[in-house]
Amino acid sequence: MTVKVTTTVNGGQVSGDVEPNTLLVHFIRETLGLTGTHVGCDTSQCGACTVHFDGVPIKSCTLLALQAEGHDVTTIEGIGEPGHLHPMQAAFQENHGLQCGFCTPGMIMAGIGIVERNKGGLTEETIRHELEGNICRCTGYHNIVKSIAAAARDM
Amino acid sequence: MYNFTYHRAGSVDAAAAKLAEGDDPKLLAGGMTLLPTMKQRLAMPSDLVDLNEIGELKGITVSGGTVTIGAMTRHAEVAASAEVRQAIPALAKLAGLIGDPSVRNRGTIGGSIANNDPSADYPAAVVGLGATVVTNKREIAGDDFFTGMFETALEDGEIVTAVRFPVPEKAAYCKFPNPASRYAVVGVMVAKTAGGVRVAVTGAGPCVFRQADMEKALSSNFSADALSGITQPADDLNDDIHASAAYRASLVAVGAKRAVAEIA
Ligand SMILES: Cc1cc2nc3c(=O)[nH]c(=O)nc-3n(C[C@H](O)[C@H](O)[C@H](O)COP(=O)(O)OP(=O)(O)OC[C@H]3O[C@@H](n4cnc5c(N)ncnc54)[C@H](O)[C@@H]3O)c2cc1C
Ligand code: FES
Ligand code: FES
Repeated sequence: MTVKVTTTVNGGQVSGDVEPNTLLVHFIRETLGLTGTHVGCDTSQCGACTVHFDGVPIKSCTLLALQAEGHDVTTIEGIGEPGHLHPMQAAFQENHGLQCGFCTPGMIMAGIGIVERNKGGLTEETIRHELEGNICRCTGYHNIVKSIAAAARDM
Repeated sequence: MYNFTYHRAGSVDAAAAKLAEGDDPKLLAGGMTLLPTMKQRLAMPSDLVDLNEIGELKGITVSGGTVTIGAMTRHAEVAASAEVRQAIPALAKLAGLIGDPSVRNRGTIGGSIANNDPSADYPAAVVGLGATVVTNKREIAGDDFFTGMFETALEDGEIVTAVRFPVPEKAAYCKFPNPASRYAVVGVMVAKTAGGVRVAVTGAGPCVFRQADMEKALSSNFSADALSGITQPADDLNDDIHASAAYRASLVAVGAKRAVAEIA
């Protein structure tokens, strides 16, 4: 039996009918058609599904769509657009912070969280530690770390 | 994940009432353990009672030498709390070592202790600091709360509402995380409290335990040197692909020494 959920996504109110066991990530991708948020592992490990929930990064594969009722969700589509990139998106482009790009939306959403949590003093060591929940199969992380450090200077 | 009926509870009493009704209901806190377990079909509750909208279960208060943390308080809040950092820095540090930032933004202290994973961090704090677990029915001493692997003293329908930590004279937590999962291969909390020295070990055995030989040695001489010569027996310790029992035993000794050295 489906249940109605109403939530705010990227600043606009949206509703949909979902099964209780629908995950937030599937609501975002399938009901809303926002496919920038990816599913890498579906087991809470990889961070490809990272979105902001009430302003902080969370793994949207580990939250029920119904739990978003009345809350505020921001996806990769909500932070910038071609021509007006978010400083974190611009930094990934500048610093070659991606290869295949699969992990990138999650890295960018997690990266924004890292910068916001560490205002006034972000070290490379902190960036590396706080990326523990985001896995990249391509880059070896160096340019991701570089991108986040660069964005921290512009945010 | 099998389907279930979802209930959003507005108060502890409403959650307790829903728990009493369902066929095989379960509480949903941060969901960081429960939802992955349901995806694997290792749990298939008939009903989920969501605690996330219950304000009375959230927040941290420090007063009269006690830090009280509501069951639905996220690990990230405990880690970042200026009050906890000041009163019990080891507790804030422990919370900041759990999983990764996204896990810490959802996972809760109530969910963590109710689950009692043998490699979870909070059990070491609850036992090591001599905390009290408060439920909607009673208060349970930390020493009596964790009864075995994934087992606790909680009865059916009982809801953890808060954990009360007495502020110790000093305390330190040393963790050896699994490099992939971040869970504790071994974690040792050492505390000098009004009631004596406590050494609590998580990750090493099927359930958190107190290391009595180390507590005795530290009671007469609170220094890392007092621990030389004391070994942790490997019998009954966990032995798996992550670490052998002998290696875990050795980490208990090293972890305890490092924790003491930090505060002695
Ligand atoms: C990638 C990853 C890494 C992790 N790393 C670590 C780590 O390094 N260290 C660590 O300690 N943990 C780790 N965890 C677990 C994490 O800390 C979880 O927060 C915790 O295990 C469960 O808490 P939760 O709030 O998510 O509870 P849930 O998953 O929602 O619930 C867990 C269980 O507790 C019950 N429950 C929840 N709240 C209550 C309550 N108030 N009263 C009674 N019963 C209740 C539920 O019914 C369920 O059975 C990790 C998890 C993930 C996904
Ligand atoms: S898909 Fe959510 S953590 Fe990997
Ligand atoms: S760029 Fe390919 S997974 Fe990270």
